[in-house]
Amino acid sequence: MSGYLCSRLLLYTGGRHLTSFFAPSQHVLPDKLCRTCPLPCHARSFSSRSRSDGSSGQKGENTLHAPRRELDFQLSRLQINAVLRANEQSVSFPEFDGRSGPSPVLRFESNQLSANTPLEDRRSSASCLQTRGMLFGVFDGHGGHACAQAVSERLPYYIAVSMMSESVLEDLEAAMETLRPVPPILQWYKHRNDYNYRESAALYVNHLRVYWQELLASEEHGDGMRPTDALIYAFQRLDTDLSLEAQVPLANDLMRNTAIQAAFAGCTACVAHVGPEGVHVANAGDCRAVLGVQEHDGSWSALPLTQDHNAANVTEVERIWRQHPASEQHLVIVDDRLLGVLMPLRAFGDVRFKWSRELQQSVLENGDSDLEALNLYQYAPPNYLTPPYLEATPEVTYHRLRPQDRFLVLASDGLWDEMTSDEAVRLVAEHLTGIHLQAPVSASQLNLGQMHQLLLQRRARATPALDLNGATHLIRHALGTNEYAEMDQERLATILALPSDLARMYRDDITVTVIYFNPNFSKTAN
Amino acid sequence: MRGGVCSIRALAPVLLPRWLCGPRACPAHLHGSVRFLSTDSVSAALPARARVVICGGGIVGTSVAYHLAKLGWTEIVLLEQGRLGAGTTRFCAGIVSVAKPLSVESKMADYSIALYERLEEETGVKTGFVRSGSLCLAQNQDRLLSLKRLASRLKVLGVSCNVIKPKDVARLHPLVNIHDLVGALHLPGDSVVSPPDVNHALAVASAAHGVQIYEHTSVNHVVVKKGHVTAVETDRGSIECEYFVNCAGQWAYELGQSGEVKVSVPLHGCEHFYLLTKPLSEPVQNDSPVLIDMDGRIYARAWHGGILSGGFEKNPKPIFTEGRNQLEIQNMQEDWDHFEPMLSALLRRMPGLESCEIQQLVNCPESFTPDMRCLMGETPGIYGYFVLVGMNSSGLSFAGGAGKYLAEWITYGYPSASVWPLDIKRFGNLQSSRTFLRHRVMEVMPLLYELKVPRWDFQTGRQLRTSPLYDRLDTQGARWMEKHGFERAKYFVPAGKDLLALDQSKTFYKPDWFDIVGAEVKCCKEAVCVIDMSSFTKFELTSAGDQALQLLQRLCANDLDVPVGHIVHTGMLNQRGGYENDCSVVRLSKNSFFIISPTDQQVHCWSWIKKHMPSDPQLHLEDVSWKYTALNLIGPRAMDVLSELSYVSMTPEHFPSLFCKEMSVGYANGIRVMSMTHTGEPGFMLYIPIEYALHVYNEVMSVGQKYGIRNAGYYALRSLRIEKFFAFWGQDLDSFTTPLECGREFRVKFDKDTDFLGRDALLRQRVEGVSRRFVMLVLEDHDTELDVWPWWGEPIYRNGELIGVTTSSAYSYTLQRHVCLGFLSPTNTDGSPAAVTADFINRGDYEVDIAGQKFPAKAKLYPFSSLFAQQKRRKDDMELSNFQSK
Repeated sequence: MSGYLCSRLLLYTGGRHLTSFFAPSQHVLPDKLCRTCPLPCHARSFSSRSRSDGSSGQKGENTLHAPRRELDFQLSRLQINAVLRANEQSVSFPEFDGRSGPSPVLRFESNQLSANTPLEDRRSSASCLQTRGMLFGVFDGHGGHACAQAVSERLPYYIAVSMMSESVLEDLEAAMETLRPVPPILQWYKHRNDYNYRESAALYVNHLRVYWQELLASEEHGDGMRPTDALIYAFQRLDTDLSLEAQVPLANDLMRNTAIQAAFAGCTACVAHVGPEGVHVANAGDCRAVLGVQEHDGSWSALPLTQDHNAANVTEVERIWRQHPASEQHLVIVDDRLLGVLMPLRAFGDVRFKWSRELQQSVLENGDSDLEALNLYQYAPPNYLTPPYLEATPEVTYHRLRPQDRFLVLASDGLWDEMTSDEAVRLVAEHLTGIHLQAPVSASQLNLGQMHQLLLQRRARATPALDLNGATHLIRHALGTNEYAEMDQERLATILALPSDLARMYRDDITVTVIYFNPNFSKTAN
Repeated sequence: MRGGVCSIRALAPVLLPRWLCGPRACPAHLHGSVRFLSTDSVSAALPARARVVICGGGIVGTSVAYHLAKLGWTEIVLLEQGRLGAGTTRFCAGIVSVAKPLSVESKMADYSIALYERLEEETGVKTGFVRSGSLCLAQNQDRLLSLKRLASRLKVLGVSCNVIKPKDVARLHPLVNIHDLVGALHLPGDSVVSPPDVNHALAVASAAHGVQIYEHTSVNHVVVKKGHVTAVETDRGSIECEYFVNCAGQWAYELGQSGEVKVSVPLHGCEHFYLLTKPLSEPVQNDSPVLIDMDGRIYARAWHGGILSGGFEKNPKPIFTEGRNQLEIQNMQEDWDHFEPMLSALLRRMPGLESCEIQQLVNCPESFTPDMRCLMGETPGIYGYFVLVGMNSSGLSFAGGAGKYLAEWITYGYPSASVWPLDIKRFGNLQSSRTFLRHRVMEVMPLLYELKVPRWDFQTGRQLRTSPLYDRLDTQGARWMEKHGFERAKYFVPAGKDLLALDQSKTFYKPDWFDIVGAEVKCCKEAVCVIDMSSFTKFELTSAGDQALQLLQRLCANDLDVPVGHIVHTGMLNQRGGYENDCSVVRLSKNSFFIISPTDQQVHCWSWIKKHMPSDPQLHLEDVSWKYTALNLIGPRAMDVLSELSYVSMTPEHFPSLFCKEMSVGYANGIRVMSMTHTGEPGFMLYIPIEYALHVYNEVMSVGQKYGIRNAGYYALRSLRIEKFFAFWGQDLDSFTTPLECGREFRVKFDKDTDFLGRDALLRQRVEGVSRRFVMLVLEDHDTELDVWPWWGEPIYRNGELIGVTTSSAYSYTLQRHVCLGFLSPTNTDGSPAAVTADFINRGDYEVDIAGQKFPAKAKLYPFSSLFAQQKRRKDDMELSNFQSK
């Protein structure tokens, strides 16, 4: 019913006053805090499409039209495409790279659309050069983008290094020591809008080196970890490093600020490792990985490879309950949020849920207090009794690739708020095969005129080939599909034209990466 | 009579009772009819030998069997892998129409109609034959023009047809919405039948003539020994035979590939959809005319009180690229979304159908060929292996006539009409790539109903064979056409000039390249042009002794016993004196010859020579087409360019016409330079080993600069050769045309006492006189800017009476008139052919009918001598040969 309320609110304020109505509220409800403050949760659940409640959906429609008429938000088709495609990325891989058997991945397509300004989602894709396999990650930051940024550029290295054999690590170490060029660990596939924290690069390399030195020192490392262990260990290790970096004195203020922001902000992560043995997906938080499976009869189905770590996940809630005294049971998860604040139940960073109150206090006081952003972190979560409440340990699932496994959709919860896994798979499959996968029409008891009307409707509904990129296709449908499950150009235009302060109320940042598997791979490999 | 007895034994228990007890009621459904010719697979053993084995019991296979039996053949076995007519025949729409792009196709369809009509009487099997007539609708003037052209072509064949107004359409077919029509062509003779019943009737009639039919028998492969068919291996044992006929439809490609000796049958399947409706509230009359709305891409006929309507969509779905089986064809899925454009077109044409209920959407795969024409005839290299497939969804229309032609072909060695456009030998191995076929048929299927204007080219499956100069020419603005897979430049668009987009350039009037080609022609006349003519088929025939000369003397009408270095233009004639090939032969040395033939003769000419070649290890024929790049230097300054590049005088005194010398051009040595241009203009052909091609081209272009050299294309060549009355094999000449009929008596060695193929026929004709004559018609009163241009196939009238047909035409930039080439074949009042004399030709008023409008023309038997530049010639060397195509 929150959607209903909100829509009423918007209706009564009227378009002309919309901006002024929300402008002062920025101090109270900064959009950066959306994820972590209790209040905006109403706005969150007022997603751009209410599917459960027909009546509120109808109202939602009205609200969306109101600002358009008043403020002339409408975008042209070209503008829509420009907005949607700004962060498009598509990379194809040769089926045979000459190093070994056929590549399991034929190509991947990725895209991001921001609701926050700046965008808080991050993505990364890279090939491990020293081991066989590719890494694809989707990171949904909250409380700023600092944590997501750091994790997106560092986590793949930690995973890759974990999987390297002792001898390769020794080469790395030797090269480092003698100042020789270090053999490349990853081949990155970056979009021009993706960037790195340059100033902290040296720090990151140092800490990565410490990590591999520890691996070298450990007895049982040998041939490198199996992907499952590597993923778990890398997640944990990076989270620890983030936490430590915020506590130690660093060379300059910029680095220090970056470190503190990264630790106090948070991000969820979902990383898929696609290697010769199959797909390993490590997930911490509420991003999701869904496998698109085409059965032999041509039908498609969705196979989720992750569990969302949020309050809807009973196992997850019970896990948290177990870690804290029974007396806290009613306090730990309040309003479907951790301590009434945080939606995901696992995350990187977010030291306010991990450190003791004292540690937080001392780090913040020693820190540069002119960091305005840090003010945000001064509020400690309520009922902060037995920390830590949060961890970054991922849940890892393994899936051996079969010929019928055609693609994997990795997406932040911005997408999953708008559509189900099944819908996403249907859309990508449709995009992949180029045919409309609605149930085929059969001619039962229709006359020609009716059939003609039906076919024309179906044609209108199918908007094929608008996007070459499967990820863009998903985002377009996530935002543009109306309550009748039809593509609604006007609705899409309105949603995209929302000013930055409003956008966050209707949609979240969306990051989608679609990985297309090589159907010949599993045939030859098995 | 062994065969006859045998067949009755084989068929007696199943066939004869039904056959004797007379016609059965016409089955209510197209697909529901019960086939009863089934041979019990267990009891009836296959015969051990037969004369002819036909594979495929569809309409085509049974038609071949029927006509063979009619021609008196015995011991004919027809094998069908499933049941008779279980393939495409079972599903096809049942329309028999003469509206086909080629005259020979219209002729086949016309014969089919007559055959199907009399079948019922002949066999007692009801065939559902109704002479409903058909209406080809035109939604625009261009379409109407193409229908008018079709109408004038059909009149030549004696088929009745009328171009009518939209109002008349409404009168003939009240359901039709005529508001967007500009006219229509009414073909009252067209008919509808029930295809499975026609198939059945043909089978019954064949069986009555002794054909043995075996169902549920698949051919595994055909056994070939020493280039002859010897047996057919089936899943039920083998049958020895002399002739094998592949009528396997969709399966023909694979059947061709299955044997040890592979046969290329270039065809590919596409899904084809049509709709069946339930009867309308006011049932559609059985005899309401068939509608063909090509602009809407649909056809429609009456069907049991309802409508049957299908179409040829823009985005066809090719199938079976990876192979196929019998089951698949019966379980094709309906696809309504795919059918939507056709349904829209149908409802626009017949809005009254909206309330009509749907019976079924039928998916009936059809096979298509790379050039929209069927595949007929004996396969190259295997004697006795015949093919009749690839009907491009006109199987029913063609089956009767095509079956007759093929039966004649098997019986007499040639059919009774020229079927070169349908001859399977127009294709070779190079067209049987699966990928090529898949891509090409996706263009061919929509093309069936697309507007076809003069000089259209296929857009898919291109750039397969190219000259080494392709890129060089392309960057200089070459626009390309394709012949036998080879890319040839049509003309060169000068820098800074733009032509219309392909779609917009379609016209029956003056084309947009008119001035470009004009400039190229002018350059050929006044300076010098280069045309890359590498696509020619080039053979080398060598022998240790004089076997090569012996063979060529037998094959060629002209005398080949000439001094080394001479070039001889000659026809290769068949027994009837008709041209099987028209080529230039160079005597390279005493016992080696270089044979240059038209591009699309590569397979046909090879198999013709091979067929007559004794198996002598000392005689060797080699296809060297790929070894040479051919550059044609046309124009008065060609000799200057060449002498500068070779330091040899190239003047006619030193290098007379029709000579060949190996010499150096630039740095490259061993270039065969021939003083001929295939256009009648002065100049040279350069046959360059391909590795030197770029060098020679660059040298020619740089030296030629001061003589005003430029590139030219085939359109310029065509204009030059037609204005000089040069006939071209495949376009003007065919296997039914003799040298005497086209004024080439001087190229026949009558004076020599050497026997050659066709000599007797020519001698006879010389005595009796010719009854058809190749003439040149110069159009008068034809406005190049405003009038419809001639193409080919236009009727010629003499004193108001139909007397012949044109075979090619071009605009002559020199005469500033259109020139048509064509044949006059007058008849006496009783219909028998009359002799043509020069006097007869000169004393007549001629008109050429272009799309229904008659233009006066002057007929000429000899070319304008003023067009030939003055050169020193050998006595008989009026160069009257050329290979460039349409």
